[in-house]
Amino acid sequence: MHTQFSEQDLAFKAEVQEFLAEAWDDELKAMVHNRDTMKKGMVEWQQRIYRKGWMAPGWPEEHGGINWSVTQNFIFNSERARVGAPDKMPFGVTMVAPVIYKFGNEEQKQRFLPRILNSEDWWCQGYSEPGAGSDLASLKTRAELDGDEYIINGSKIWTTYAQYADWIFCLVRTDSSGKKQQGISFMLIDMKSPGITVRPIMTIDGFHHLNEVFFEDVRVPVANRVGEEGMGWTYAKSLLVLERFSIAEVADSKRFLAELKEMARQEINGGRSLLDDPIFASRLADVEIDLMALEYTELRALAAAAAGGTPGPESSLLKLQGTDVQKAIQELRMDVAGYYSNTLQGDLTPQQLGHDFADFAQKHYFRGRASSIYGGSDEVQKNITAKYVLGL
Amino acid sequence: MNFNLNEEQSMIRESIARFVMENYELDKRNTVVALEHGYSPEHWQQFAELGWLSIPFAEQHGGFGGGPADTMVVMQELGKGLVAEPYLSTVLLFGGLLQAGASDEVQAQTIPAIIAGELQGAFAYLERQSRYEITDILCTAKQDGDKWLLDGEKTVVLNGGAAQQLIVAARTSGAQADESGISLFLVDAESSGIERTVYRMTDGKQAANIQLSAVVADTVIGKIDMGYPVMKKVVDDARLAVCADALGVMESLNTQTVEYCKNREQFGVPISSFQALQHRMVDMFAACEQVKSLLYRAVCTAAADDPDAQRSLLALKVKTGRAGRLIGGEAIQLHGGMGMTDEVAVGHYVKRLMIDNLLFGDADYHEQLFSELVNQPQADAAQLVSQTDSEAA
Ligand SMILES: Cc1cc2nc3c(=O)[nH]c(=O)nc-3n(C[C@H](O)[C@H](O)[C@H](O)COP(=O)(O)OP(=O)(O)OC[C@H]3O[C@@H](n4cnc5c(N)ncnc54)[C@H](O)[C@@H]3O)c2cc1C
Repeated sequence: MHTQFSEQDLAFKAEVQEFLAEAWDDELKAMVHNRDTMKKGMVEWQQRIYRKGWMAPGWPEEHGGINWSVTQNFIFNSERARVGAPDKMPFGVTMVAPVIYKFGNEEQKQRFLPRILNSEDWWCQGYSEPGAGSDLASLKTRAELDGDEYIINGSKIWTTYAQYADWIFCLVRTDSSGKKQQGISFMLIDMKSPGITVRPIMTIDGFHHLNEVFFEDVRVPVANRVGEEGMGWTYAKSLLVLERFSIAEVADSKRFLAELKEMARQEINGGRSLLDDPIFASRLADVEIDLMALEYTELRALAAAAAGGTPGPESSLLKLQGTDVQKAIQELRMDVAGYYSNTLQGDLTPQQLGHDFADFAQKHYFRGRASSIYGGSDEVQKNITAKYVLGL
Repeated sequence: MNFNLNEEQSMIRESIARFVMENYELDKRNTVVALEHGYSPEHWQQFAELGWLSIPFAEQHGGFGGGPADTMVVMQELGKGLVAEPYLSTVLLFGGLLQAGASDEVQAQTIPAIIAGELQGAFAYLERQSRYEITDILCTAKQDGDKWLLDGEKTVVLNGGAAQQLIVAARTSGAQADESGISLFLVDAESSGIERTVYRMTDGKQAANIQLSAVVADTVIGKIDMGYPVMKKVVDDARLAVCADALGVMESLNTQTVEYCKNREQFGVPISSFQALQHRMVDMFAACEQVKSLLYRAVCTAAADDPDAQRSLLALKVKTGRAGRLIGGEAIQLHGGMGMTDEVAVGHYVKRLMIDNLLFGDADYHEQLFSELVNQPQADAAQLVSQTDSEAA
């Protein structure tokens, strides 16, 4: 039992650090963190990763993928988080691309994969519907065949960044006669198609991430259906079991915890630093201990995957415990910010208002409440763990 | 023993509930908080006409002469409806300080005006460095003939934008966090030397940071250097009031969540049929009832001037913060994606709850105060320890 890196791993780590030092510069950082330039910044960031050849670990090499070991994935991710750089937008490279290269035809691979790889196309995910959240298979958006086109009617909701998207990948119903999981097809739809409208949904963090996407007689070529008709559910599910290496966001949480400690150290109440406040210190310690455990749970899952086996039962806990830790850190950060945690900065500078990290703490906190809702809610994860891990 | 509301209290409760029903549906609330000062002056006039602004004031100034139970009823209903009008700032803090410490003459000039809905006020006590320590005051007042000159900065002054008058806590002697040496001054908010930076809180209400440079003050509330006992009492009353507000918010969140889960169907059944969710709604309910019990305890002990009053009040504030966090978090979670949107009321309620937790100090802070109070070695216990020590030696 050990967790030591090999010589090659250490060399790789140095290379990653060198890359990040150059590629993740202050100008780009500012662009990504400003909501008006976020999209442009993210595209630029991903293109820098692309030019380094590191955009698509896990993809087949023939499509521009790179064959990293799990350790290399881990190293890249840890180093990325350590400098505070964001993960890639998952919708294209991590979510739709594997479906295309596994189940798509040659023409689809040629057409879509290169533009995902170089971030020319921005993708969004159209699964959830007003009536189909946790019970995704009950989705109702219809696709009716008309010659060599489908006519799509219905709506999708909670579609992250649909307002930026060039393409949306959707689960749609092509047949409603059998079991609800059957009759679902996987469709790639051009967001410029006539009949699509996007309605913004403002969230409690004051941002516009989410949207409702309406389809009214939208014509989509049959050539845009991935794989066979009625097999969409199976494809989408196979994607869900594709382990995302960073699902628990351990590396990000480590960075945030270190920052949090520094914030708490500088925050004084009644002449004493918050870090010396036994109640705060105890809550902080609880989170740190959970994070230490989680870090090794993640390593155990990685090791199991590397050994070729399917990820062990511990991997089903990664999202649950990962989001618990994230939410606890966000909560503590709000507590450090005190009164300023609930002031709205608006046009004021942080200095005018009070605290330089309060605005960030608040946005993170409110946005963070969603992490136990999307990507399979906590309750759904627990149901799955109960059923498939504990056999209940 | 009796935990029922009396007839007057029931009437107040009903009239506020009616007002909320008619005026505070989410869309209407959004319009109200978007107004210049984050609340509706017309509503405020209505409050005056209905007599709500008179409740805590003495009868000699036209008040209703109410006590903690009456304030509790008002605040709980205002919280339930997420009402944005500055009752806490103008009536309970500003008005409370005037009632507790101002001269008869000053009271006669101000309290009837508050009751008539004509005077908005705010209490400026926090500073950048003070965090939750209300005695941590750097803002100074220096005597200049028969006047005082105020210098310094006050932050997160609730209702600081609309306030026509301010009560400023300033240091007239002593060290940075001393209880003695704090004095309270009544000043016009438009006085020369005052500069206000107004902003919003996440619940839509307004607050201001206030710069004071050589602001002339001639009205002292209470005695010079002796402002602390006055503000301590008023802040304690306000703590109780804020917890009542939070209780109203929690009750509403629990009702909204139960309703939502009964109506929302997934997997062909209402999600309220899942035991995993039922148990969590029971936990939310239980937390809320614990707060209610501590609130009643604090009200009863405060009214009776009981030695248990401070302990009960601190316990209440801790529980309110902790229960609020649980209930707020669960309410969002059980609403799923809906809970994340600004389009349903849940998030707005959660924000109000978070601010109630912060006001006058959060749950951790109050738990610290609580521990200091209850874990102090009793005199005789201390003796016992020293005896055993000497025996061992
Ligand atoms: C910020 C954010 C971004 C999102 N981005 C996208 C996106 O880009 N594309 C997309 O398609 N979707 C997206 N979603 C949607 C997300 O996947 C859904 O919100 C999620 O599936 C939950 O569905 P719901 O919101 O309808 O809640 P519901 O399914 O109605 O759930 C409500 C509550 O009931 C619980 N519950 C449901 N079923 C059970 C059960 N069987 N047992 C116990 N409890 C249960 C849930 O856990 C939850 O607490 C996003 C959501 C959010 C909040």
